[in-house]
Amino acid sequence: MARQRTRRWVQAAAALGFNAYLPNWLKGEIFQGGIKGTCLPVLNCYSCPSAIGACPVGALQNFMAALRFNLSVAVHQFGFYVIGFLGAVGSLVGRIPCGWLCPFGLIQELVHKIPSPKLRIPRGLTYTRYVITALFVFALPLLLVDEYGYGQTWFCKWICPDGTLIAGIPLSALNSGIRAQLAFMFKWKMAVLVLFLAWMVLSMRPFCRTACPLGAIFGLFNKVSVFRMTIDEGTCTSCGKCAKSCPLDIEVHTKPNSPDCIRCLKCVDSCALGSIGYEFLRAKAPAAPAPAPDKAV
Amino acid sequence: MKRKLPWILFGASVALILVGLKLGEFASVLEKAVTVCLDCIGIG
Repeated sequence: MARQRTRRWVQAAAALGFNAYLPNWLKGEIFQGGIKGTCLPVLNCYSCPSAIGACPVGALQNFMAALRFNLSVAVHQFGFYVIGFLGAVGSLVGRIPCGWLCPFGLIQELVHKIPSPKLRIPRGLTYTRYVITALFVFALPLLLVDEYGYGQTWFCKWICPDGTLIAGIPLSALNSGIRAQLAFMFKWKMAVLVLFLAWMVLSMRPFCRTACPLGAIFGLFNKVSVFRMTIDEGTCTSCGKCAKSCPLDIEVHTKPNSPDCIRCLKCVDSCALGSIGYEFLRAKAPAAPAPAPDKAV
Repeated sequence: MKRKLPWILFGASVALILVGLKLGEFASVLEKAVTVCLDCIGIG
């Protein structure tokens, strides 16, 4: 429990830290400091008034959308900076940013606390995040271009509920110029947001699991990242307590480094035998206390 | 090899970041990030 309390504090601190320029919430403007070209390892819309960094999903789409025009005018920018950033974070820690740092992940976890019947998300539906990433982040921005060669940021435009929640709503509320331009697209994005909010009440982190490009990309690194979950097969009895404790419905004892795992470490706390741990660099998780005999099943 | 793979990936990623910075991609990200994204907020 102490670990989960720590995680909640880290999530809150990260949400505040990534959106630290709070005065803009009164002005209806966005932060424009020079550090904003730095990518954040989380989904955090850079049009949020207080955002101090760049959302890598938005930045990557912009490179894809501008690639053909850029090549036509001999500007050679392929998005290596963003792709390298995602690879560096992913290869070090996999999906840890999803579980410990992402403000939209925190929002989803808090909304899920609203009392209601809870629904599991079918495993097959979790693969849609790969389709959405391939289509909306890479293929459509790159392939569907105007006469000048410019594409659009399809994921931001049609899907991302985070942009609506932390950028669209506050900016349109605070800025009359923006409010005057709202039309069909805003209604569409509000509908997507409401849909996901309702789903968040019923299911844990539905956006992360079915639609988030960052979750899809970082998840691919879970099996090969420096940080990885470990199972002591000598002591694991496959009792299934870890799977029951996992908020993302992962069979932890068989797939400890599943691409769905956000490294929240609830499974580590749930294992009375101390069979689940993690390793990072050469450090390993401290062994769990020896279980009482009646729990050692 | 299993132990080395993440570090190989990390090294390749850092190399990509450096190439991207050399190509001026930081400035491109900054340029977009300091402008209100109309697509993001539902106007585009």
